[in-house]
Amino acid sequence: MDIIGKKYLYFIISLVIIIPCIISLLLFGLNLSIDFTGGSRLTLLFPNKVSEHSVRTVRETLNVKKIKMSSLEKSTNRIFIRTETLDQNKNSEFINALHKKLKDFKQEQFETIGPTIGKETTENAIKAVILASILIVLYITLSFRKVPKPASSFRFGVCAIVALIHDILVVVGVFSILGHFFGVEVNSLFVTALLTVIGFSVHDTIVVFDRIRENLRRLPGISFDKIVNESILQTLDRSLNTSLTVVLVLFSLLLFGGESIRWFVVALLIGIISGTYSSIFNASPLLVVWHEKSNIAS
Amino acid sequence: MKKPRFLLWFIIALTLFSILIDLPRVNNKFRIDPQFFLRFLIGSKDLSFRKGLDLEGGTSITLRANMDGISKDQQTTALESAKTVIERRINLFGVSEPVIQTATVNNDYRIIVEIPGVTDVNQAINLVGTTAKLEFRELYIASPSALLTYETTKPTGLTGADLANAEASFDQNTGQPVVQFSVNNNSQNKFFEVTKKLVGKPMAICLDKQCFSAPTVQQAIRDTGQITGGFTTEQAKELATQLNAGALPVPLSVLEQNTIGATLGSSSLQKSLFAGILGFIIIVIFMSVLYGRLGMVASLALAIYALLVLAIFKLSTITPYGITLTLSGIAGFILSIGMAVDANILIFERMKEEQRQGKRKEVVLELGFLRAWTSIRDSNVATLITCFILYQFGTGIVRGFALVLAIGVLVSMFSAIVVTRTLLRMVYK
Repeated sequence: MDIIGKKYLYFIISLVIIIPCIISLLLFGLNLSIDFTGGSRLTLLFPNKVSEHSVRTVRETLNVKKIKMSSLEKSTNRIFIRTETLDQNKNSEFINALHKKLKDFKQEQFETIGPTIGKETTENAIKAVILASILIVLYITLSFRKVPKPASSFRFGVCAIVALIHDILVVVGVFSILGHFFGVEVNSLFVTALLTVIGFSVHDTIVVFDRIRENLRRLPGISFDKIVNESILQTLDRSLNTSLTVVLVLFSLLLFGGESIRWFVVALLIGIISGTYSSIFNASPLLVVWHEKSNIAS
Repeated sequence: MKKPRFLLWFIIALTLFSILIDLPRVNNKFRIDPQFFLRFLIGSKDLSFRKGLDLEGGTSITLRANMDGISKDQQTTALESAKTVIERRINLFGVSEPVIQTATVNNDYRIIVEIPGVTDVNQAINLVGTTAKLEFRELYIASPSALLTYETTKPTGLTGADLANAEASFDQNTGQPVVQFSVNNNSQNKFFEVTKKLVGKPMAICLDKQCFSAPTVQQAIRDTGQITGGFTTEQAKELATQLNAGALPVPLSVLEQNTIGATLGSSSLQKSLFAGILGFIIIVIFMSVLYGRLGMVASLALAIYALLVLAIFKLSTITPYGITLTLSGIAGFILSIGMAVDANILIFERMKEEQRQGKRKEVVLELGFLRAWTSIRDSNVATLITCFILYQFGTGIVRGFALVLAIGVLVSMFSAIVVTRTLLRMVYK
């Protein structure tokens, strides 16, 4: 199989996925949860299926109590309400008023996050993603410093990061689309998922790079693109098997893990699949492109 | 070979040890205590997982301490004593194992309170809450019949921070309900001076600018005092609680709060446990199909891995660095199982390759491990870096996830390299 020969085809496939993601990010941004924006989230649990009447009553009561609501969603027997920042008194007031009209519900969760905390979470999330990326490039550069010519450890580091940015864009972009069209929120668990995807993406890329490093040493006479292609093929079984295992585990989490971690698992799934693709079809072919370009230049 | 034999026994011992730690203590008809051999260390307490609020239900509140008007060098002390006050208040309430921490973020002083089990938020907030300062004030018109409001009184300089403790009890002579209190070591001189001046006069007790009682000072008080006022037992208890409660040295405001119903918590726990077990079974089947006998051995190593990690979670609760299991932590654990499998897949694929080149079986085994090692090392270090960053920047759920994933990665390297190799040396011939 010749992966390197068709490398531009694979780059185009990546672009076809990433460009809509970027457009959606620029147009719609992300549907940030109260973890970042501050605000309150109320979950009401009903013993039976939520009726239209209940939803209407909830809306009316919010209106009467002059509580600014930013979204209201319902699942089978729950209503999720997102509002401006409420304090405990305001919440009890609302719940008591609602109890007069709707008898049989329970407040399952009440969460309030002040604007200070929200701002902090946002800053920390951005810092964490950037810092983690930098440290990983440094580690790869260090760990691959003895790689034989014509490759350089710095190039390995940069290519790993390009693959990583690819995966981040895919996950963030898909969630931007999901957020705009299906109201899916991005919360601090999402940041956790993103960082895990970063770890996994680099994990995958390193396995291929490690093989390139080994083959460069073992087969000094062979051209760079052949070595890279051979290395990708040698590690292909492993890459697919590992990803498949993780994907299977994530599927079981998705189906049975409950509502609270559903979107967290979806983010991981998208990231892991994208990570596998980018480590095989982007990171290593990019090394070859860089090599060819610098050869022409010299 | 002597070393593998020794390692095998070590692994067996470690596994048995983990199983004993993981098993719950049975206290019904059959009394079984799997942790008997640790009793000298942990006492008679039950060893159990520490579950986060999202799995158990409860309330978490982040409070910000308003440090205006408190000198820089006093701020840390003020925060610590506010924490002590909250602790005392919650203990008074009889909540099991509350977690109360202080944190400093960008010059912001915070107290994070987690109360498992309490889902009545009103109660919780009142318990720790925003109740401001307790003050002892002097009446402008020193007569028991004078109007008692905040405006008709002036400060004496004594506040709740000067009190160490208060409790309701009964007067030894009259049998009347009274409130007894003790004064802080540092405040005893001050308390004595103020009360000496007020002997025979009423002293108002005001909480959050609301004065609710003005008992007459009978004598100067240095270390302990008693408030008699002809209250009922209930009133005495309430006053004692307020004295304890109001002793906050700094005003607090709520930054963040989260209440999770107990049913939501336990259903999340059951669901994620089920998903975890299912995930594990899927991996076992998958590995056995892909790699046959090798895969089964790897699955055994994986089971040992899971037992080990669970034992670490449980044992950590008796150290100061107890790991709290949250929903995201469980997700991290399940993910780390996936990563543990990856190490084995790397090794087995390598062995397949070496075998294709017609090498001898023992050589294949050793080469597989040797050559896969750099990949395993580098990829896991990258994950550990991510965990480290997450732990540094994250709060709450993110931290729990990072910690569990890091422990998982470290233990998985041990299980993939040491455990699998030792087991394979026995089987793969």
